[in-house]
Amino acid sequence: MKAIKNIGLILCFIGFTIFTGSIFTGKNKVSQETFDTWTKQKVKSAFFIEKAQKELVAIELSAFELSHRILEIAKASNRHHKSQKKIAWHKIIPLKWNKTSKDFIYPLVRASASGWPQQHPELFFWITFGLAIFGGTIAFAADYKLLGKAGIKNNGIFQHSATNRGPLGIIAFLFFVSFYVVLYFFPNFLINPITAVNPLSKSLSGNEASQWFLYGFMYCAVMGVFAIRMFIKYRHNNYQILRTAVVLFFQIAFAFIIPEILVAFNKPWFDFKNAFPLNYTFFFDWNIDNLLASGNMGVFMLVWGILLTVVIVPIMVYFYGKRWYCSWVCGCGGLAETLGDPYRQLSSKSLLSWKVERWLIHSVLGFAIIMTLITLYTYFAEIESWRNIAFGISVYDVQSSYGFLIGAIFSGVIGTGFYPILGNRVWCRFGCPLAAYMGFVQRFKSRFRITTNGGQCISCGNCATYCEQGIDVRAYAQKGENIVRSSCVGCGICAAVCPRGVLKLENGPTQGRINPTEILLGNDVDLMQYVHRK
Amino acid sequence: MNHIVIIGNGIAGVTAARHIRKNSDVKITIISAENKYFFSRTALMYVYMGHLTFKHTQPYEDWFWKKNKIDLKEGLVISVNTTNKTLQFMDSTSINYDKLIIATGSKPHKFGWPGQDLKGVMGLYHKQDLEQLEKYAPNNKVCKRAVIVGGGLIGIELAEMLRSRNIPVTFLVREQSFWNGVLPAQESEMINKHILEHQIDLRLGVHLKEIKSDQNGQVSSIIIEETGEEIDCNVVGLTAGVTPNIDFIKASSIETGRGVKVNRFLETNVEDVYAIGDCAEQREAIGQRRNIEAVWYTGRMMGETVAQTICGNKTAYKPGHWFNSAKFLDIEYQTYGWVFSEQNKTENEGYFQWKHPKEAKCVTISYDKKNHLFLGINTFGIRMRHQVFDKWLSEKKSIEFILEHFADANFDPEFYKLHETAIVAKFNTEFNTNITVRKKSWKRIFSK
Repeated sequence: MKAIKNIGLILCFIGFTIFTGSIFTGKNKVSQETFDTWTKQKVKSAFFIEKAQKELVAIELSAFELSHRILEIAKASNRHHKSQKKIAWHKIIPLKWNKTSKDFIYPLVRASASGWPQQHPELFFWITFGLAIFGGTIAFAADYKLLGKAGIKNNGIFQHSATNRGPLGIIAFLFFVSFYVVLYFFPNFLINPITAVNPLSKSLSGNEASQWFLYGFMYCAVMGVFAIRMFIKYRHNNYQILRTAVVLFFQIAFAFIIPEILVAFNKPWFDFKNAFPLNYTFFFDWNIDNLLASGNMGVFMLVWGILLTVVIVPIMVYFYGKRWYCSWVCGCGGLAETLGDPYRQLSSKSLLSWKVERWLIHSVLGFAIIMTLITLYTYFAEIESWRNIAFGISVYDVQSSYGFLIGAIFSGVIGTGFYPILGNRVWCRFGCPLAAYMGFVQRFKSRFRITTNGGQCISCGNCATYCEQGIDVRAYAQKGENIVRSSCVGCGICAAVCPRGVLKLENGPTQGRINPTEILLGNDVDLMQYVHRK
Repeated sequence: MNHIVIIGNGIAGVTAARHIRKNSDVKITIISAENKYFFSRTALMYVYMGHLTFKHTQPYEDWFWKKNKIDLKEGLVISVNTTNKTLQFMDSTSINYDKLIIATGSKPHKFGWPGQDLKGVMGLYHKQDLEQLEKYAPNNKVCKRAVIVGGGLIGIELAEMLRSRNIPVTFLVREQSFWNGVLPAQESEMINKHILEHQIDLRLGVHLKEIKSDQNGQVSSIIIEETGEEIDCNVVGLTAGVTPNIDFIKASSIETGRGVKVNRFLETNVEDVYAIGDCAEQREAIGQRRNIEAVWYTGRMMGETVAQTICGNKTAYKPGHWFNSAKFLDIEYQTYGWVFSEQNKTENEGYFQWKHPKEAKCVTISYDKKNHLFLGINTFGIRMRHQVFDKWLSEKKSIEFILEHFADANFDPEFYKLHETAIVAKFNTEFNTNITVRKKSWKRIFSK
């Protein structure tokens, strides 16, 4: 078994290495036709076109060299135009570190890639994704025997470098962060990995794969492999098995396959489970216009999206707590509960972190709401989104700063990249505006609670340690109080790791849900007073 | 100003301090020789196993004590002078008190075995025991085998700890079956089997004769009394129960037996001196409870109670219905009310028992044969709701009532397979009854 696990790990590592290594290899050759199409769309400067024609077309270059040359030519072109007496501003190419690569350079690099992966995309898929998925699957499957009898298996977690912020954890952290930075801002270096999933994209929607298709596929693959780990680790616990299976289903079906099929049928790409304000672009002018232009289906999507946030989410949170979304449906939650599960113990439980959490998450919610309100205002007032509305700021500025700060940096680079440092659920705990909204409902009007089982708690701290949301569960349990906290996502791990059967997630009557206790169950006379008071 | 001094910062002492602070503004000092900050000793095992770090075992952050004006003093008290109300420390300093709470807990029991003080022989109680274990059993290269002596809750925890680092373990148990002085045979046998499945070399019905040392004064082997067999080992765990940690009081005028003698108000024979937790010995038994109870929650309850008394609301210690829980490797155990083993139960106590055909789950319900009064329940692998059983015990329900409403008491996580129907079907067959399980009712669970 140990041998099978090692073989799996080696295969996974090989696939992973080829995948990562392909970023640094491959070649590009810009054809005249590709060049013309690109310049027509992106460039108005003749200076640029002339210089680029000489330095780019029909020359074999690496993706790095090509990207570098494009940038240098653009800089030269801008210098040239700025040195003119009368500056032709429309000929200046806007250069921003977080936009230029993605919007300006990427399309040409993508269209001109002509290396081995582009010639053998299927084979390239199998030796990267294929090996990594297969290897990961058998490595985790071997745990079925290696972990021993079913039960809580957390041995050595705080003694292992990968799960205790040791060197392996730091490497994972750097890798995750770099991946997100490249994905969001420098997709021109991801051409080969994108090529690997190109055949799949074509068969699903008929379109060429984008970096977002690559991301979607990787997301599903990583969740799938780590779901196997969850199924085995918690095979004695039906709540964990069911929850993991359902969240994986929602990711693969609702966030990946259905949207692609919609596109194949000429409908807007739409994730039916992605509720506003997590889905912060839902009320953006271009999205509303796009949906309204897509016939009955588009109108249905618009109505469904509004209903989801306004009616379905609060009702479901009332009955089941926000866990129905965060731990059973949401993609961010799904990744946190699979890939992120090995890091859950790293979330801080200090009072300070709770304070920071409340400030941050509610600020993001406020930001999202204000942004949406002014977006809708300008939409209905028919003010163009680029027009200055106040303080020299346009709606577009607000939207793009949210997209950059919250959408990319917070939810991606920090939210997932920092798993190995701050624990999984960094985004869900500190940033997600939908979580903040549902948190209000859960805290003040819900049937959900984690019940504390009378006086059985021995204050061991396993519950609090393994709470990914950094809730000091023990502080409640040792006082005999139920845990009613807006941040609880109902993953159920506290109840699973408790050695004394103290905690149970349940939906029950709202009366007596929050039960401050002076004296714990057990002390006789006081108990009866306590029971009668309630 | 009134100065309350508490010796011992375990669950009893710390609970007392917290509740005194809640109800008054007196000066509070907690003394500990073990660790400056309160930690949960029940979690020490998880530190060795890597589930937690030591920091995680501390329920309160370090700022908590200053914020609540609870002074923490590190030091070992060596004597108590009750006449001038002074405590003498090891480093020859001293401290005065107006009221003293003794909450010094327990220490591992030793039976005078030859070699019991050798290097590598340890109990599992204090933080220092954990440090010893890290030193002598960091892995299976340094510690090629460990022998554990004493088949109780701590013994099986120590075995689980050592197995988590793949250290071979021989487990010497005096009884013919694991913990069968407490557990009914069905459960004791299930645990025997489970211990063996975890590759622990369980030896039943044997005693330790002596511990032998190498030339450095470290453990090299042990000898079993019954068979004379010598087992090579590098670590010996002595887990044959605990005894109150009160040697430093013996010379004072405070009356002691095995523990510090207290009345129902947790007062000792000396005015303004109280004792709580593992080290307190009740002068008269409370119900069927033992006079000394080394249990987590009784320490906590005594702390709550003594705080009331000290703050002017004189309150008797009245632990309610007995309950407890433990975990044997992967099997959780809970008990509510009294279930005695076959050896210890009286003539009128009957069992109803159920065991899962495949999984490690079983139930024993103890009842009065004369009137079918429900006396207590043991569950293995099934969680039960404390509040519900506490109520049923107070209301003196019958065993038939318990089974009919068994679904109300289940506390397993959602989507777990429930066994009420199978359990009640077995009862109906054995007792010739016709009970059907009623659906779980929130109303009944929360009814007063």
